[in-house]
Amino acid sequence: MVMFSLTPVLDVCTQQQEGKELTKEEKQRLRKEKKQQKKSKEKKDDKPSRDSEKEKKPASAASPAPQTPTQPPAQKAAPAPVPVPASETPSAADKPAKSKAELKAERRARQEAERASKGKKGDVGPQAAPGKPKAPPSELQPVVKRLPEHVQVDNPEVLKKLAKKLERQQVYGCAPNCCGCIPLRSDYGYKVSLFSHLHQYSRKAPLTQQLGIPSTVIHPAIVRLGLQYSQGIVAGSNARSVALLHAFKQVIRDYTTPPNEELSRDLVNRLKPYISFLNQCRPLSASMGNAIKYIKKEISNIPSQCKEEEAKRKLLNCIDCYINEKIVLAAKAIAKYSIEKISDGDVILVYGCSSLVNHILCEAFEKNRKFRVIVVDSRPRLEGREALRRLVQKGINCTYVLISAVSYILPEVSKVFLGAHALLANGYVMSRVGTSQIALVAKAFNVPVLVCCETYKFCERVQTDSFVSNELDDPDDLIVTRTGTTQLEHWQEVPSLGLLNLVYDVTPPDFVDLVITDLGMIPCTSVPVVLRVKNVDQ
Amino acid sequence: REKQLVEYFRAQMRKDPDMASAVAAIRTLLEFLKRDKGETILGLRESLKWATDCLTGEDSSVAVSSGGELFLRFISLTSLEHQDLSRCKKVMEERGELFLEKISMSRTKVAKLCHTFIKDGAKILTHSYSRVVLRVLEKAAAEKKRFSVYVTESQPDSAGRQMAEALRKLNVPVTVVLDAAVGYVLEKVDLVIVGAEGVVESGGIINKIGTYQMAVCSKAHNKPFYVVAESFKFVRLYPLNQQDVPDKFKYKADTLKTVQNLSEEHPMIDYTPPSLITLLFTDLGVLTPSAVSDELIKLYL
Repeated sequence: MVMFSLTPVLDVCTQQQEGKELTKEEKQRLRKEKKQQKKSKEKKDDKPSRDSEKEKKPASAASPAPQTPTQPPAQKAAPAPVPVPASETPSAADKPAKSKAELKAERRARQEAERASKGKKGDVGPQAAPGKPKAPPSELQPVVKRLPEHVQVDNPEVLKKLAKKLERQQVYGCAPNCCGCIPLRSDYGYKVSLFSHLHQYSRKAPLTQQLGIPSTVIHPAIVRLGLQYSQGIVAGSNARSVALLHAFKQVIRDYTTPPNEELSRDLVNRLKPYISFLNQCRPLSASMGNAIKYIKKEISNIPSQCKEEEAKRKLLNCIDCYINEKIVLAAKAIAKYSIEKISDGDVILVYGCSSLVNHILCEAFEKNRKFRVIVVDSRPRLEGREALRRLVQKGINCTYVLISAVSYILPEVSKVFLGAHALLANGYVMSRVGTSQIALVAKAFNVPVLVCCETYKFCERVQTDSFVSNELDDPDDLIVTRTGTTQLEHWQEVPSLGLLNLVYDVTPPDFVDLVITDLGMIPCTSVPVVLRVKNVDQ
Repeated sequence: REKQLVEYFRAQMRKDPDMASAVAAIRTLLEFLKRDKGETILGLRESLKWATDCLTGEDSSVAVSSGGELFLRFISLTSLEHQDLSRCKKVMEERGELFLEKISMSRTKVAKLCHTFIKDGAKILTHSYSRVVLRVLEKAAAEKKRFSVYVTESQPDSAGRQMAEALRKLNVPVTVVLDAAVGYVLEKVDLVIVGAEGVVESGGIINKIGTYQMAVCSKAHNKPFYVVAESFKFVRLYPLNQQDVPDKFKYKADTLKTVQNLSEEHPMIDYTPPSLITLLFTDLGVLTPSAVSDELIKLYL
């Protein structure tokens, strides 16, 4: 077992300051401070204090002064959250050397430049990665929307910043001559222009061949998990979340608090590089994001008097509870509600392989409901075959079609059951690509569409189309057809040809008749109500 | 005991024919609570549930079962941590009286909200006999608005004619049309107002058969379709289509008891999905169909 004994390094401070993933508490504290500052001074004075922190920032985001008009919003975006944590360190109390008037003038000039280029970046930035707060709307100044890095892949400044951040995250106990850092994984192949803001990685060579990762930097359980994600061995949002939580359990077991550090703060900082690494292997899903938020909250809530053994035991217990409540028991509750909706003689259509939907159908079959299932499948993943295998094993009567036959088969169908990857705050359902197509055709045939989703997959994000935030899979998957012919083998040599292998799409709430969650059956428009109730509970 | 209960219920219905059957049911339940000789709170709850079931056996409308369930939830919503049972019972009875008072005012509240949507010179289409709609139209007439009403005959019990009689007494010009003539008359009307027997979780309604048809036609003609309902009619059902509505609501109570093969009987109600409804007027306010789920969560959880 690898022991992680740390010596406190000066760079911890820098890393904290530059870590883009602030915990929820930190962000709330920062917001409160900002509000207090606003109340005590005039609104215009508020900016100089923030600006002063920006000035104090040594070699922060390495990009040069934002003179070019296209850069300012992105620049403002990145440095804005970064220097604010500096206010936590006591040095923030010192006022800058420059006078306030000079800062005001500088800042106003920058703002004008920003406002001029506001139109370019627009307000379309999704409040994407879970954990990023919504920019507080100030009455006078324009709201600077922060685009997360994973949707700014075509912006070289952002990429440079991300690379630097990854470097800095890996300095714990590294020998000076080891190449310690996680290099940025490079994109592969030509990207279709609509999706050029997303990453596209290749699965040909395993990840560890491309990125040399010494084991002192990332815990081997996490490396294994990353490999499993990137090769597609662990797939499906429930499976990925559970695997993530088990890997974190291993990390916690192997963790020892370094001297002069508190477990609650140090462990959270330790997890940050792991999360960046996993993000490089495969972009995090909404359910994983929520699980990570939960763990970070639990860790930071550990009281400082707690002994290490006890703290670790508590954390492991928390994780087990979370898995049990939110995934296992939720599945049982959802199955109970769904069985009421399955009547004898039903013909149920399912798409792809959702662990939850399969569980529901198996339970219903055990309760002696008479129904038959039509499994719809699509290339290149062909996940429907796995679902078919599981259902046929139980003895359920199944039919298998490809998605191109869906309008042919729908007149026979009485209900459609779909799984979800995440449910967005405006009621849209994010799921495997092809789901929205099936929902659309089902609506045209007046067939009720039921989505089954646990509440831990509910996400505060808002999205109305599938372009803004998605995942691009390896385009080489599309090359080989069933008969083994590969006419597209040399697609890279054709300059006007691009292969697109999308993973997710969003379905509008008008096509979904009912969402079955562990809290009960709700209409798709009530997702924000559930989110509100959950926040009140916490 | 069951016979006593049912007798009291029938007496209440006869005493005030204008009262909703759900209100009569709740009065009965309150009286039952007062007379109950139970020893434990759990026992009390069980016997109240049993009483509600008896009443649904007598009058199978959705409102009776939803009203009963809401009554039970409302009275148990307080802390029942008192030591002796009689104190608890007293608290429950007081809350029961409060609940009854609130819902007796509900029709007036609805009427106050809705009558402003009836403009002077409006032509209104309504379906069958609904006391809430009657109250709304009364209020609008009292506000000196001039409007005319088309009422569907609403077979099989011709309840529409009863509605027409009541409206004539208010000096409102009223025309009775056949159920089949809804599409024909819709181009002349400005808005459609119907009552509801139950409001379901999706925001749709359960009402006398013929309502769904009227909703589809008004959607096709782009006329607003308004529903007026009191809040005790909100029920925790979620039908996906007509078939999904449970049989116990579809037919009259005595039909359920006597008839063997239900598929030969004609259903008395149908389900109107939320996409066809413009607004719902309730004593909780004016709601869009998607807000109904929000209110239901507040009421039931």
